[in-house]
Amino acid sequence: MTYSYFPGCTLKTKAKDLDRYARISAEALGFTLEEIPDWQCCGGVYPMAKNEIATKLSSIRALANARDKEQTLVTLCSACHNVLKQVNHDMQTDEDIVRKANNYLKLDTPYQGEAQVLHYLEVLRDIVGFDTLKSKVTNPLKGKKIAAYYGCLLLRPGKIMQMDNPENPTILEDFIRAIGATPVIYPMRNECCGGYLTLDEKSVAESRSNKVMTSAADMGADMVITACPLCLYNLRKNSGVSDLPVIYFTEILAQALGLE
Amino acid sequence: MLRIGVFVCHCGTNIAGTVDVKAVAETLGKEPAVVFSTDYPYMCSEAGQNIIKDAIKEYQLEGVVVCSCSPRMHEATFRKAVAAAGLNPYMLEVANIREQCSWIHKDMAEGTAKAIVLGRTAVAKVQLNAPLTAGESPVVKRALVIGGGIAGIQTALDIAEAGYPVDIVEKEPTIGGKMTQIDKTFPTLDCSSCILTPKMVECAQNENITIYSYSEVEAVTGFVGNFSVKIRRKARFVDEDKCTGCGACTEKCPVKNAPDAYNLGLSNRHAAYIPFAQAIPNVAVLDKERCIKLTKGKCGLCSTVCSAGAIDYEQQDSFVEEKYGAIVAATGYNPINIDGYDEFAYSQSKDVVTSLEFERILKADGPTEGHLARLSDGKQPKTIVFVQCVGSRESGSAHGCGKEYCSKICCMYTAKHAMLCREKYPDTDVYVFYIDVRTPGKNYDEFYRRAVEQYGVHYIKGMVGKVAPQADGTLDVQASDLISNEQLHVKADMVVLAAAIEPDKSARPLATMLTASMDTNDFFTEAHAKLRPVESPTAGVFLSGVCQGPKDIPETVAQAGAAASKVIGLLAKDKLSCNPCVAHSNEMKCNGCSSCANVCPYGAITYEDKDFSRRKDGTMMRRVASVNEAVCQGCGACTVACPSGAMDLKGFATSQIMAEVDAICK
Repeated sequence: MTYSYFPGCTLKTKAKDLDRYARISAEALGFTLEEIPDWQCCGGVYPMAKNEIATKLSSIRALANARDKEQTLVTLCSACHNVLKQVNHDMQTDEDIVRKANNYLKLDTPYQGEAQVLHYLEVLRDIVGFDTLKSKVTNPLKGKKIAAYYGCLLLRPGKIMQMDNPENPTILEDFIRAIGATPVIYPMRNECCGGYLTLDEKSVAESRSNKVMTSAADMGADMVITACPLCLYNLRKNSGVSDLPVIYFTEILAQALGLE
Repeated sequence: MLRIGVFVCHCGTNIAGTVDVKAVAETLGKEPAVVFSTDYPYMCSEAGQNIIKDAIKEYQLEGVVVCSCSPRMHEATFRKAVAAAGLNPYMLEVANIREQCSWIHKDMAEGTAKAIVLGRTAVAKVQLNAPLTAGESPVVKRALVIGGGIAGIQTALDIAEAGYPVDIVEKEPTIGGKMTQIDKTFPTLDCSSCILTPKMVECAQNENITIYSYSEVEAVTGFVGNFSVKIRRKARFVDEDKCTGCGACTEKCPVKNAPDAYNLGLSNRHAAYIPFAQAIPNVAVLDKERCIKLTKGKCGLCSTVCSAGAIDYEQQDSFVEEKYGAIVAATGYNPINIDGYDEFAYSQSKDVVTSLEFERILKADGPTEGHLARLSDGKQPKTIVFVQCVGSRESGSAHGCGKEYCSKICCMYTAKHAMLCREKYPDTDVYVFYIDVRTPGKNYDEFYRRAVEQYGVHYIKGMVGKVAPQADGTLDVQASDLISNEQLHVKADMVVLAAAIEPDKSARPLATMLTASMDTNDFFTEAHAKLRPVESPTAGVFLSGVCQGPKDIPETVAQAGAAASKVIGLLAKDKLSCNPCVAHSNEMKCNGCSSCANVCPYGAITYEDKDFSRRKDGTMMRRVASVNEAVCQGCGACTVACPSGAMDLKGFATSQIMAEVDAICK
């Protein structure tokens, strides 16, 4: 199975690990990520303004490209995933945005939300299946207590992301079980890390990520995994907790599949 | 051609605001056969009715058309007026130019044009009306009350007191309902059981009352004054007549892990059980899912210890069939399932409970024997947070299980809970998070003020966003304080959620059996929201308690009494006049195919073999349909189904409907 793949800017710079481990794990699990040619930055944040379409165009180009190839669009970074799904939802439901965007883009076939967007984790759960994943694990991480950190963008808004219950998610915990480790449930797992506030109000990001990390540590975690480059940055650099490692979920996946 | 009069009502500005009533009267006055046409501000008023009566006499009218509100509103009024002037009351037609015209149009020209068409249609129909006479049907002097909570109990007691026999059907093994589970009642804080159990006992002792506990209504046929009801008496595996309620079987039963429904599953009971000490009837039940004898064929301990010989493992469901003149729905409510509210960690923590569960914790016969204690570790909580409106007043619910309406009782019982905590355990810190505190009702606001001012309960306007169980066993409650505009964190030991209430799940299938209507929330609809609040639009069906809408105990008891008085009024009559607009079959056209009987929801159609030969010697037998006019409700299903056009409905004949269609298309 081949998927259109939208890596996003961070995965080409700061978050190369998230990208690299995802690609090699995909091959091991029997699917291929085919990078969309000439993709452009998603903008990082979904633009809420209804009368502003310029910031949605890069996502629409990627979505239309996947549609033209009749492929599902897969993405990894929580922020890209959030923006792509929200823009796609606009293109399925908001006539005004559909008209303006298509007038501007002048595509051969106007885009109307035909593409499907999946997060890499959804591919693991819904297409590969966690049972199959479990059977392909060669290096089960027995005894490892892993805390899944969802952050906010991966699951919300729940009705549009359609990924998991935003208040009591299970997808990452099920993933952790599939690779043979033990999930640690802690209350802050779906709270915001502070996100971009690290730039102009650092104290907020510090206090938010500290709460996440101490909550995971209190519940006995050995390690925190995440799908978001910005979360990883905040938890590592701003939380003030240095003895709890934070890594991408794709890295632990590659480890379990014996690829490292 | 009949001589017809047309009377156009203004309904103040209700109709006249969007319909040019004078133009309607004038245009319709030019219709052939219309010999008189006028308009008046309020046709339903005495003066308006007099205009109709006078015109009938002066112009020798033979048919009357009133262009006004819906016939549901005033058809009966105008029929009486027409009859008073000596015309047959069924020589009247009402053209609905309010609900179906003026209220839905904004443009005067459009509204007027449509009103004229509706009026012309009624004129065309009344031209073909025939005088009809209503028959009579007898009233069975017995009432059925479905549901044995406080609503059903009060209704039954009032009906029985008036001297009529009444049966209560309750699906649980005991009557009593939710009130049995509640500790204290607001606003007086008297004990719920103490005021309820005397009424339960009265039901058991009153000669006019029969209690069918552990029973459900299986089927309902018939109509007002003459319903036939089939009641399923579920097998309890105990002979109700022999059991003395001694409790020996419940003590000896080796199964100890059945969730106790009386305690909402917070504790366990035996497979042989009596729901609680004051149960009526005080008769044991065997839980057929859990009993070892019933599931695996072994054990039989209860039978050996029962000195009355009441245990009967072979018992089957049995059925009772009875006739009733009136039926009262009193099916009550349940708290909604709040598993979907994961932000409150209800399914993740034992110390997050619903308000009804909290009642059980406070009550002496509950899982903690009335001690305020956490269910996780049995410790007394020092800080308790109450969250209001969990699932109530939610629009565009993110959870999919919330309700748009206010559940009405939560503000008061939460104030009660908060007050009781502070009274019994003064060292407890109590917080209540609310959207609005709604306390209309006699002595209600005073009660709530007492909780705040005298008992020092912390009322905070704002909602809880998240309840997070912590490693140390406490609950981190994250909330907003909308007045000081800040985010709060409360370290709580216990969180109590005021879950919305919804009608019991048995209400929907019951409404179908009764052909009673319901709203989108599955509350029974009343015949008129303001003026007929305890009657269903289905004649002979009455509403009592929360099945009609959220209400507290005093309101429920008041409505229960009102429903009872309506039932008594009905049962006091010996005969009811029937609807004369019923089906009849033209025997010359009928070929006895059974199509009509197959679609008749009331079983009103039977067949007979009739001799149609004209000569004395020969016979020509044919099977033809005949309609029981006392049973027919005039729905018209048979007239549509009949392939040979033999079935017709009096007052709504096919020829009349076609004349209406022609008038519209003209």
